Amino acid sequence: MTERAALDAAESAPTQRGLLRVEDLVVDYAGKGFRAKKFRALTDINISIGQGETLGLVGESGSGKTTLGRAVLGLAPVSGGRITFEGQDISHATRRQRRVLSRDMQVVFQDPYTSLNPALEIGDILAEPLGVQGMEATAAKKRVKELLDQVGLPSDAIHRLPREFSGGQRQRVAIARALALSPKLIVCDEPVSALDLSTQARVLDLFLQIQKDTGVSYLFVSHDLDVVRHISHRVAVMYRGEIVEQGPAEVVTRDPEHPYTQRLLLASPVPDPDRQEKRRADRHRLLEMQRQQNEQAGVPA
Amino acid sequence: MTESVETAALTPAPGRAVPEKSGQTGTVVRSTVLRRLFKNPLGIIAIVILLAMAVMAVFADALAPFDENFANISKTLAAPDGVNILGTDSSGRDVWSRLLFGAQLTLASALLCAAVAIAIGLPAGLIAGYYAGKFEAVSNWVVSILMSLPGLIVLLTIRAAFGPSVWIAMIAFGVLISPSYFRLTRSAVQSVRNELYVDAARVSGLSDLRIITRHIFSVVRAPIIIQTAAIAGVAIAIQSGLEFLGLGDPAKATWGVMLSEGFKNVYLTPSLLFWPAFAMALTIGALVLLGNAIRDALEDGEKIKHRRKKIRTAEDAATASAAKAARKTVATVEAGTEHHLVKVTNLGVGYPQADGSVKKVVDDVSFHVDRGEILGIVGESGSGKSQTAFSILGLLPDTARIVAGAIQFDGNYTVAPGEDKVSQDRLSKLRGKRISYIPQEPMSNLDPAFTIGYQLVTPMMRVLGISKAEATTRGMKLLADVGIVNPERTFKAYPHEVSGGMAQRVLIAGAISCEPDLIIADEPTTALDVTVQADVLDLIRDLQRRLGVGVILVTHNFGVVADLCDRVVVMQNGRLVEEGPVREILRNPKKEYTQTLLASMLEGKEPMTMLVPAPSSVTARSTAKENVL
Repeated sequence: MTERAALDAAESAPTQRGLLRVEDLVVDYAGKGFRAKKFRALTDINISIGQGETLGLVGESGSGKTTLGRAVLGLAPVSGGRITFEGQDISHATRRQRRVLSRDMQVVFQDPYTSLNPALEIGDILAEPLGVQGMEATAAKKRVKELLDQVGLPSDAIHRLPREFSGGQRQRVAIARALALSPKLIVCDEPVSALDLSTQARVLDLFLQIQKDTGVSYLFVSHDLDVVRHISHRVAVMYRGEIVEQGPAEVVTRDPEHPYTQRLLLASPVPDPDRQEKRRADRHRLLEMQRQQNEQAGVPA
Repeated sequence: MTESVETAALTPAPGRAVPEKSGQTGTVVRSTVLRRLFKNPLGIIAIVILLAMAVMAVFADALAPFDENFANISKTLAAPDGVNILGTDSSGRDVWSRLLFGAQLTLASALLCAAVAIAIGLPAGLIAGYYAGKFEAVSNWVVSILMSLPGLIVLLTIRAAFGPSVWIAMIAFGVLISPSYFRLTRSAVQSVRNELYVDAARVSGLSDLRIITRHIFSVVRAPIIIQTAAIAGVAIAIQSGLEFLGLGDPAKATWGVMLSEGFKNVYLTPSLLFWPAFAMALTIGALVLLGNAIRDALEDGEKIKHRRKKIRTAEDAATASAAKAARKTVATVEAGTEHHLVKVTNLGVGYPQADGSVKKVVDDVSFHVDRGEILGIVGESGSGKSQTAFSILGLLPDTARIVAGAIQFDGNYTVAPGEDKVSQDRLSKLRGKRISYIPQEPMSNLDPAFTIGYQLVTPMMRVLGISKAEATTRGMKLLADVGIVNPERTFKAYPHEVSGGMAQRVLIAGAISCEPDLIIADEPTTALDVTVQADVLDLIRDLQRRLGVGVILVTHNFGVVADLCDRVVVMQNGRLVEEGPVREILRNPKKEYTQTLLASMLEGKEPMTMLVPAPSSVTARSTAKENVL
């Protein structure tokens, strides 16, 4: 952990960061086959999210960022450490506890094509979490209408099937489902990665607008540093199952300390040929410098 | 790319240039499985036959003039007459009545067999598929044992132990056949178990029972129905086979018992054999046809009639005839354009629809690429950028038609004006040799069954006509060229043994292996991590400079465009929006669409602010309704 991150952790009062805390989390996946070696997906993860705050989680594929989101939701096995939500330990919550928890914690997945059951109408999909909490059918229907309005979908969408909608619209449905119970935290697992550029912009706007209106917190997982910078208050960078850097979004995404974050920042191309040429040169210089440092430190490339 | 799905719209967006009134707008069809089933003549015939059989079986008591075992000793083996409409058997029993009662018992026992098989196989399959783990392991063992049992011998043993009851035999057969349901259900469930919507339901706190009944059962419903049609047929055949061997209960009339009885008198009265055999053939045949009809109905198999010439609209026909006239006079390209490596002129690509219209996915697109130049084609999904690239490669699906325009490569037409398909003759001489391709998904473009070396060497041997040894040396060098540190190890590796970035390097090595003049790269870095993307972009740039090839880079990412391209073409909804040098397009876009796209870039934006200009909520809402999304 870097010095600054430690400082950052110290200055944050526990009340502010109290909504979700993840301490020394370890996730192991069982290997395939008899007596197979376990695969360690996450190692000693420490994060926290306060009310109305967005923590951006950035990293490349296989870095464990999605696993972290799933562990918080109870979809990945917790082998060590603690996850607390509003002070309550939920590392090994039962299905019954999860049902209570689902009022406060929801999810938006990456792929808007497989995250909605193709056989159910939009209205049924949105009413599902309401029904689980025991809401009456008429009240649920009213709430579904509100939700559709909130995410900018026409109210006649209720009786349509997911395949009648484009990717961006489906993602709006998924967001509406997450919002149905007015949760305190939404885990967003690459929610805009599958979307077109202009659609991505609108959906990001929607996320920001919802946060402004409802004060919800986000754990926002993405591989795109630009997306994370845009939407997050704080950013954590993951690399090979560990968090290598964590801090205020502005600092981490503009002036990172960790070599990996530096590489990540310079790898993302900018939409201007001349500035991109400069960035390219910067990146080559950085790679060369890091290579020399590694050589001096005796680390094999 | 999921282009066709992405553009699926509730209503066509205003100002959309492509006349897309058909196809994607009205694709939504619900509860049509039944309707489609009834449209299928074979399906109707099967249903009618089965319904008739069911009615006969249910009302056998009322319909049959005699009891099944009522014997008129004075009238044995009689020919059909007014009283015994199908004649009598060797004991003087009425064949028609026995056929009706036989239907009752035969069909009921077949249903019992299927019910037993479903009752065992379906829940076991659901649980094994959903929870996996120990239950699945144990039930797989049980299933394997059941399947390895010799069915007929087991049935004979059971008859010996429990007597000649058709019910017991069918229950036993149901148990024996339950593995087929188990396997069907388990694999269907496994395919959806990890779907995100199941995860979402778990997050919502749904109980496993609710998840299985609500989200998972719907997946297995249809296959179970189809399977049941087949199993019921098999059950009838097996049961009748046992009884034909004389192992049935002679006191009960079933089709099998009648068959056995008729066989004994086959020389005296062949019709005794005919009627039960006919009833069985009809029923089993109807069951099989019904299964097929349901499958067809579920498979959404609406065929598009190929009316190649008639599908054109009047406007298209005019251009086509003009083009045809042009082709007669010259098969050579327009003078003064030969120096372009690729020139696409007024290209239109369309897909004929079932209703006879043509859905255009590319409309009136023109651009050119010169040697040593990188042209970027930018657009969102559904913009037709990949279709344009594929038409240059000649890799459009069979159903696609070139509805307008021409494509020329190095001074020769690959698609001459007026042609409605890409000439595979002309293109197969170019593809792989002079035009090569870098795909989007590196992993799915390498065959997992062959080593990387083999996949690299074989095309070179074929295209360049060189020996294997020479191709191998060359392949090694290529792998080193594309920045692979240990070429020998990669050469011997299978695709699953390398990373995605490495696989893309291998494909790039393959693309330059035959020294092409043009490389078409379709979103070459979209599936890669950002850091890997930067490396691959560097590689493409270096190679392009070194080899002086022309490159068409299809992408949605303006950063990638800025990094590599000399010129840019912006596409939207199949049309060309804007074309120009990269600096001009990225810095001073003329068209509103390009401006919108560039404004959607996050780079350089103030964090936590709205990206789409205010009033954002109204815009978002209205745009959602317009389906620009």
